[in-house]
Amino acid sequence: MTPRALMFEVAMRALYPLLLAASLWLLLRGHNAPGGGFVGGLVAVSASAAYAIAFGARRARLRMPLGPPALAAAGVLMALASGLPAALLGLPFLTHLWTTLPLGVVDLPLSTVMLFDLGVYCCVWAAVGGYCLELLGAQEHNT
Amino acid sequence: MLVLLPLLVPLTTALACVLAAPSPRLQLALSWAGALALLGCAVALLVQVETGGTARLALGNWPPPFGIEFAADRLSAAMVLVAALMGAAALGFQAAAAESAHGALLPLVHGLLAGACGALLTADLFNLYVWFELMLICALGLLVRGGTARTLEATLKYFALNMVGTLLLLAAVALLYGATGHLNFGALGAAARQMDAAALSPFVALLVLAVLMKAGAFPLYAWLPAAYHTLPAPLLALFAALLTKVGVYALLRLLGDVFAGSPALLYQALGWIAVLTMVSGVLGAAYHWDMRRILAFHIVSQIGYMLLGIALASPAGSAGAMFYMWHNMVVKGALILIAAMVFRLAGHYDLRRVGGLYAARPWLATLFLIAAFAQVGIPPLSGFWGKLLLVRESFAQGEALWGAVALGVGALTLYSMAKIWLEAFWKPHPDPAWQPPRARLAPAYAVTATLAALALGVGVYPEPFIAFAGDAAQALGGGR
Repeated sequence: MTPRALMFEVAMRALYPLLLAASLWLLLRGHNAPGGGFVGGLVAVSASAAYAIAFGARRARLRMPLGPPALAAAGVLMALASGLPAALLGLPFLTHLWTTLPLGVVDLPLSTVMLFDLGVYCCVWAAVGGYCLELLGAQEHNT
Repeated sequence: MLVLLPLLVPLTTALACVLAAPSPRLQLALSWAGALALLGCAVALLVQVETGGTARLALGNWPPPFGIEFAADRLSAAMVLVAALMGAAALGFQAAAAESAHGALLPLVHGLLAGACGALLTADLFNLYVWFELMLICALGLLVRGGTARTLEATLKYFALNMVGTLLLLAAVALLYGATGHLNFGALGAAARQMDAAALSPFVALLVLAVLMKAGAFPLYAWLPAAYHTLPAPLLALFAALLTKVGVYALLRLLGDVFAGSPALLYQALGWIAVLTMVSGVLGAAYHWDMRRILAFHIVSQIGYMLLGIALASPAGSAGAMFYMWHNMVVKGALILIAAMVFRLAGHYDLRRVGGLYAARPWLATLFLIAAFAQVGIPPLSGFWGKLLLVRESFAQGEALWGAVALGVGALTLYSMAKIWLEAFWKPHPDPAWQPPRARLAPAYAVTATLAALALGVGVYPEPFIAFAGDAAQALGGGR
């Protein structure tokens, strides 16, 4: 493992959730403005990579829900599942549907595109992040 | 929706197998459920296409030619069915394999099936490239699993040569899109018919070159014998049935259907490539003593027959290519699996170090004879009818030399098969103290016997299959 850098570690404790929150904001914003699952996923990868530089690849992998292979598979499954409602309604697979859920005070807009984008986000985070962590881990091994 | 199921089922199965990796039993159960569901969907799709005509689906309700379309005609549906059958056969044989199914094996096998089915069903040129990529990635994963220096070397060769093919394919897709403004097969075909054939043919030729590389044709097949012999047998059978044949399918779809009116020069060139592929493959096989290398070179040689059918550029030629391809996917898989059983029983893939199996396992010898004679093309087995269709059409078109080479290569194929027979089955084992080990081979016998029975059944009763291939060929290229 690389020598410890105390200031970086302390900063990273706060930065990791912040970076993830920023990636989620990009994911949600991507619905109508620049952003989306792919970009959001890449920002999440940068969070994982920075965490790995501070604390080591093993601990960064533990902070990723499900672990890289399973999270990537779950992401693609989510994207596939987003096409199913249309198929059940007799429309071609992956035809996207929009609706709003009234919650009394505010209306919550919902869509199958959201699920698709979330799947892309998980897949990019886990696949690209998994590669990054493997490479960083191999580097730790060599030094 | 049925059009898409043969793609969605293996894709979902692969992902579910990744999620189930901590529990090998659950993973195996999921894998079997997925393989059988795929087989069921393939049968249902074929029935639907046969009764209701070509099935189409535009993803996301974006109308073609802008959206990505999936379409299944008779050719695609039958290819999907044979691919699903060989996927189930490989998984069934895997149950008898010495090594257990390790974490990444089953997801990669289903990923390979998903890539193959996607490539067979898509009606979009760029989408075709994407599914080829999925197949390449899964194939690389399966090749590298061995983890030894030998498999890594094979993987590197496979990767480097296939990457060149991939880049050529991508460049050709981009050039065709630039020239016509379309990627959808139907729109591409319509645009090609309106344009000057000479303006488009360089791009089509580049596309054909890239697909020929994927199909393993002369002189671009070097990656195939360099890599295939390091694979475990069930995977080798699956690779032989899927990878190169999807390449041949793509070629048939492009030259026989979408760009059916290409200049005659292209088909002439393809015919000579087919002849050279047949001859060089069979000569490579005659030289070798390792059964896996012999069979890998025979894959190349048999590709030549299918290319010959495409090069003849007539409905009868396309029908011959289809019949030959379906027959070969099954029979080649059976031969490779039987070679793996020889390895388990006699202890080696090298023919000089095995023997005595006719005395020890007469039923295995019978299965080998059926599969080998089917591959050579001896009546009444399936290979005979495939060769008959191709050779008859060659002579009917006045391409006597092509037909004669096809017959001569058959004789050399017989030489290789006779070599395996004499060395592995007929001569006594070189080690006098050798006894066949007590291996659990019941699933392996069941799989190979089913495949051999198919070859025999199609050979004895070929009429409906030939008629089906003829119908499928008539529908290509707008009935040409």
